[in-house]
Amino acid sequence: MSENIITFDKVNKWYGNNFHVLRDIDLQVKQGERIVVCGPSGSGKSTLIRCINRLEEHQAGHLVVDGVELTDDVKAIDDVRKKVGMVFQQFNLFPHLTVLENLTLSPMWVGKMPKKEAEEKAMVQLERVRIANQAGKYPLQLSGGQQQRVAIARALCLKPKIMLFDEPTSALDPEMIKEVLDVMIEMANQGITMLCVTHEMGFAKAVADRVIFMDQGQIVEQNNPHDFFNNPQSERSRDFLSKILGH
Amino acid sequence: MTATTFEPIAARSAPVKTQGLVAWARLNLFGSVSTTIGTVLIGAALALIIPKLLGWGLINAVFAKDYEACHAASGACWGVVSEKFRIIIFGRYPFEEQWRALIATVVLLGLLIASCMRVCWRPWLGAAWVLVLALYFTLMFGGVIGLSRVETDRWGGLPLTILLASVSMALAFPISLVIALGRRSKLPAIRSVCAIYVELIRGVPLISVLFMASFMFPLLMPQGFTIDVLVRVLAGITFFAAAYMAEVIRGGLQAVPKGQVEAAATLGLSYWQTQRKIVLPQALAMVIPGIMNNFISTFKDTSLVTIVSLYELTGAMSLALNSDANWRPFKIEGYLFIAMIYFVFCFSMSRYSNWIEKQVNKSKLR
Repeated sequence: MSENIITFDKVNKWYGNNFHVLRDIDLQVKQGERIVVCGPSGSGKSTLIRCINRLEEHQAGHLVVDGVELTDDVKAIDDVRKKVGMVFQQFNLFPHLTVLENLTLSPMWVGKMPKKEAEEKAMVQLERVRIANQAGKYPLQLSGGQQQRVAIARALCLKPKIMLFDEPTSALDPEMIKEVLDVMIEMANQGITMLCVTHEMGFAKAVADRVIFMDQGQIVEQNNPHDFFNNPQSERSRDFLSKILGH
Repeated sequence: MTATTFEPIAARSAPVKTQGLVAWARLNLFGSVSTTIGTVLIGAALALIIPKLLGWGLINAVFAKDYEACHAASGACWGVVSEKFRIIIFGRYPFEEQWRALIATVVLLGLLIASCMRVCWRPWLGAAWVLVLALYFTLMFGGVIGLSRVETDRWGGLPLTILLASVSMALAFPISLVIALGRRSKLPAIRSVCAIYVELIRGVPLISVLFMASFMFPLLMPQGFTIDVLVRVLAGITFFAAAYMAEVIRGGLQAVPKGQVEAAATLGLSYWQTQRKIVLPQALAMVIPGIMNNFISTFKDTSLVTIVSLYELTGAMSLALNSDANWRPFKIEGYLFIAMIYFVFCFSMSRYSNWIEKQVNKSKLR
């Protein structure tokens, strides 16, 4: 059990009083595991991964991330956030800062790193996502695909153990999806623990160790990609797959 | 189907404008029946007004400091401005000591201009403010190094206007930031205190705030305990301006997308780091026109302190003319003169606001 880096134990969450968005979630994620979460919209998949870095708080059950249980304790939340990087659907780059400043902000202000060192390390990450030549530009001067790669580099600057991706390619033009997926695949091959909410089934087939299918706040099915796509166990996932793969 | 090859068209520069003045006028002044009618009507009105204005203000005007000539003339009497210049500008400040007010004001204005420039946005600017204000008050108040003492109720004119406006703006801005953030706090107590503050202050006119600061506040204080009226009035204007500004800034805070705060949280930034580095820079950039609106109206609102017997620019002007029956009829000229002074200040602020808007929006240019 000790190799589990994330453990959900009967986690429940409600929005307001009536919307039961996560229902009895049990989930173990191993160190280095690459997981793709899919499901229809409103099924709770984004909420699930947003609980891991406490952008959403759960109201019942236990959630342990790298040995730290997430509660109201601010220090625990800070601890966890240091280990967890996140990439958003809308990139959420800081538009008033240059690409380089976006990357060095947290190392300099949270990590107290000297500016020069932070910039050197940021440039390494920008090389990694093949965008180093845009370091001096502002985010809005870049294309969507470039912005998302900057966002990935920004998350990587914190040397996270876990990376969360919340529909990272959903806001992109079709031509730009590939450049982002390529970067993600490269990252997946380097052993970082990844949880990715996406409908890119090609990506799931290529890199995922496990696919989790959610509906109505529950985990309906989880399996390795091969079996999930070729032989889905539940009626609901078969129906979902026929819709997204059917065209 | 034959395959076509994709041939990109090379970028060209935009066409050069060929229209001259005549083409421009034809298009914009006489483009249609309604614009032609408008042009003719406005032109006729201008043809009627401008000669009259020139006749009154220039041709038939008297420029000498001679009130008898002024009474005889049909035009404006600009002599009133040169005759009463010192009282209008310095109010009741003692005549022989007005050089002190002049130096103090010039230094304060210099600091204000420096504060507007990007190269001066360094930590020493705060220290410079403390120093300059200390110098300002020492020069104005006196009582040390051989300077005679001048009580604050004799301060007046433009130095007082500039002091009231700059100090109240400089103090109101940080207060309004705290209030605006407080109104969005997660803690209900902080939220309601800030909301009550804004609603109470916005609910009353500035005049009543000044009255309370000037006349009611001393009644509530224990015997023998006094705060100078200038300080009380300054506090009144500051808290008044802060309430309005807080709402402008809150509007900007609400316009910053939630994703920005979430991204900052995932990067480990604390609440204050997030506000300072992420939220406020974007929020303030969006509300520059609103903030400048407040600054300009605060500048002009200082004219209300006459009500509590502090004779700033407007007050000094009425003081100068009311006390002298020979010159009293020439108020219009006097008011036009101070209107011009107000305009110079307000228009500069407005141009500055445009400039700074361009500066902060550089990140949005392609």
